[in-house]
Amino acid sequence: MTLVGCGNDTKGGKEVKIVVNGKEQVLEQEKLTVTELLEINKVDMPDMVSVQLNGEFAKREEFARTQINDGDEIDFLYFMGGGK
Amino acid sequence: MKFTDEQLERYSRHIILQNVGVTGQEKIMNGKVLIIGAGGLGAPAALYLAAAGVGTIGIVDGDVVDRTNLQRQVIHFTPDLNKPKVESAKEKMEAINPDVKVVTYKELVFANNIEGIIKDYDFIVDGTDNFPAKFLINDACVFNKKPFSHGGILRFDGQTMTYVPGEACYRCVFNSPPPKDAVPTCSQAGVLGAIAGMLGTIQAAEVLKFFIGEGELLTNRLLVFDALNMTFRTAPVKKNPNCPICGDNPTVTELVDAEQAMCDLRSRM
Repeated sequence: MTLVGCGNDTKGGKEVKIVVNGKEQVLEQEKLTVTELLEINKVDMPDMVSVQLNGEFAKREEFARTQINDGDEIDFLYFMGGGK
Repeated sequence: MKFTDEQLERYSRHIILQNVGVTGQEKIMNGKVLIIGAGGLGAPAALYLAAAGVGTIGIVDGDVVDRTNLQRQVIHFTPDLNKPKVESAKEKMEAINPDVKVVTYKELVFANNIEGIIKDYDFIVDGTDNFPAKFLINDACVFNKKPFSHGGILRFDGQTMTYVPGEACYRCVFNSPPPKDAVPTCSQAGVLGAIAGMLGTIQAAEVLKFFIGEGELLTNRLLVFDALNMTFRTAPVKKNPNCPICGDNPTVTELVDAEQAMCDLRSRM
């Protein structure tokens, strides 16, 4: 699983264009779950992030079977507990 | 309300603003705000809100000033070491603006005291440093229909949103406290001092906007910034039907004290 640059589709599969935290990402993998997207984005502590998919919060216990589709907008919102 | 000449002078830069004026300044001066935590976020919030002339400012903190605080908690000075933070904060706020009534609470908030503390205030500022307190403040404010500003900082990052009754709450976005072992402690993570100033000042601006009733609050929006790259982003969020406290089938029906390993640098030394 790798991120590919723009338009260089070497595997001949369909590209998936999504927007993560306001920035476009092009993925060469068509079937992708929230868990896999977190891995691709090197989120090493998934417990510390809330995921919003097209304006709806994904349930944490369903990350592994929540599908990401072409054109989706995803927000990773991190827990921040500091203040003092 | 009749302004004295001194007050007209003191607040002239507010009064001259079209969106504030004499009426807006009057609303600020009638406002009652509670700041929970006299630390990194609470310090700048308290200073600006006192300077702005907020009528009553309550400040809650059970700690005394520690040397590690001084890198960012700008309301406390070196001679204040070992002084209760609420006392140190009160002195500075009254020195900036004797018009302000400062009420101190030298304690921590828990499920059994928070409602009694927030009940007298119009708006609550979360300046706490741990998830149990952040969730407790959210829950108490949702149950008691009190608007509040959530604030969180870590390393070079900050986030804030403003809750008003009926709109998205902190749990709509973050559901429940993260597992204890996933949370980096303050001493492990660190924080750039100026980040606390940036975020606490945004919270103070939200309080003032709330009182004057102008502009758009950070309601149904989570503002996130990364000061290392100095990028700001506002993620739209909305009321979550699965929210455990304000959703369709709430599971949080009373206040509880969540557990968390205490973030205490001293215990590691």
